[in-house]
Amino acid sequence: MTATAEGTTFASGTASDPAMAKHDMTLTLRIWRQKGPRDKGRMVTYQVEDISPDMSFLEMLDVLNEKLILAGDDPVVFDHDCREGICGSCGLMINGTAHGRGTSGGPTTTCQLHMRKFKDGDTIDIEPWRATAFPVIKDLSVDRSALDRIIQSGGYISAPTGTAPEAHSILVPKKDSDAAFDAATCIGCGACVAACPNASSMLFTAAKVSHLGLVPQGQPERNDRVVNMVAQQDREGFGGCTNIGECSAACPKGISMENISRLNHDLLGALRAGARPKS
Amino acid sequence: MAKTNSVAKKAVVAVTGIIMILYLIAHMIGNLKVFAGRESFNGYSEWIRTIGEPAVPAQTTLTIIRIVLLTVVIAHFWAVISLWRQAKRARPNGYVTKKAVAQSYASRTMRWGGVIVGLFIIYHILDLTMGVANPEGPDGTPYDRLVAGFSNPFITAVYVLALVLLGMHLRHGIWSATQTLGQSNKRREKTVNLFALVFSVVLIGGFLIVPFSVLFGLVG
Ligand code: HEM
Ligand code: SF4
Ligand code: FES
Repeated sequence: MTATAEGTTFASGTASDPAMAKHDMTLTLRIWRQKGPRDKGRMVTYQVEDISPDMSFLEMLDVLNEKLILAGDDPVVFDHDCREGICGSCGLMINGTAHGRGTSGGPTTTCQLHMRKFKDGDTIDIEPWRATAFPVIKDLSVDRSALDRIIQSGGYISAPTGTAPEAHSILVPKKDSDAAFDAATCIGCGACVAACPNASSMLFTAAKVSHLGLVPQGQPERNDRVVNMVAQQDREGFGGCTNIGECSAACPKGISMENISRLNHDLLGALRAGARPKS
Repeated sequence: MAKTNSVAKKAVVAVTGIIMILYLIAHMIGNLKVFAGRESFNGYSEWIRTIGEPAVPAQTTLTIIRIVLLTVVIAHFWAVISLWRQAKRARPNGYVTKKAVAQSYASRTMRWGGVIVGLFIIYHILDLTMGVANPEGPDGTPYDRLVAGFSNPFITAVYVLALVLLGMHLRHGIWSATQTLGQSNKRREKTVNLFALVFSVVLIGGFLIVPFSVLFGLVG
């Protein structure tokens, strides 16, 4: 009973305490259906029954899809892979917030959002990320390769290869390694873009710029990296940042706005030092 | 380069915004001269036009300030419009349902609020600088124009509305400019936002005290 893991507490609670038993839910889903990149797309309403509060949001969609397949309909296409909050592929706009951040009460990915956050009888709107740089492939699935191309435009870092180097040969202050590690936790899910009123990818790019820019190994190419990554994000058709903060609030990894300030600082410094993007 | 670089363009917005803020501080303090009486206020207006005389011809300093401000306003506006269009292109079709999680009212009103402030600036110049839109007309002294204008509750209301919008613009703008110029971090974030709020309230309060004093007959 004193187990701290949420699952354990809940399971023992249901067995002994009827008040804690949560009943299965019936939900109305309004889902964006779009046959392909050129289809106009529309919201379609579905009912799902017997949704357990223990299910994840994606499992709830699995239930819907089984029902659709049995009825001979086209299942709803959505992206997912790890289902444990680390791959970044499962982004959905849920009731108007990225990854259902408005419902979750804390940073989350869609796959880690649980149905216990919803109530029986709720209507849930589900839409894909919307941005010119993220074209819809089908239904809720979008093409996020623009983010990969931003990473690619950052190029390489000069690091010796071969046998593992002596760990103490390059010292990194704890403060810097912590901040670099925080930035490196970005999983490239695109929620920042989806949530941003400008459809800007600044938080993502800033995380990528910071995680290399804060450590000694990232210094030789620091200036070129930032100018090229910013040029690529403009080329991909993302909007510009106006420091509203929706990105950081929606980010499942809590990437902070200070990374955006660091990107700006690096970029302005790099331009002053004469760095120019490759065309 | 600046043509394709949204961050460099945003830096133009920030730097021009800060120059305008510096001007606004001087402008607000200058306005308070109204409490020193008609002679003092008109004398201040005269003084601005004669700084540096006789070393330089009349109005030189004022003309330089005007040219700098006009350039700055145009650059601010140009960069803002081009970023606005970029944002529109980046998401031409919005969500069916979209809810804000973090965004402040001030940050949401930057663009249309800015446009209204811009229109207000034009009206303001026609009203109190040139006098053509003022009840007293272009021939009155600056002090008479000011009193004639703000005695009218409708004109005062226009000023109040525009100044409150400007205050919100600066509340978000100061924080945003700190980010844009790469001077913010987690430790400073709270302080910057608190400063932006206090600064905006004091600045706008300083401006508003003048029309309200006229409206309530404390100055006249
Ligand atoms: C007295 C006049 C004005 C002052 C002092 C001022 C000041 C500022 C400052 C300090 C910023 C922040 C820069 C940054 O984010 O890096 C800003 C941003 C901005 N300004 Fe102004 N501004 C003024 C007039 C205008 C006008 C006339 C417009 C008309 C459209 C405008 C539209 C904007 C927009 C859209 C932004 C960017 C919004 C954002 O960062 O979220 N401003 N302004
Ligand atoms: S910064 Fe956060 S929201 Fe943006 S892609 Fe990375 S993990 Fe996702
Ligand atoms: S499926 Fe991998 S993060 Fe959600």
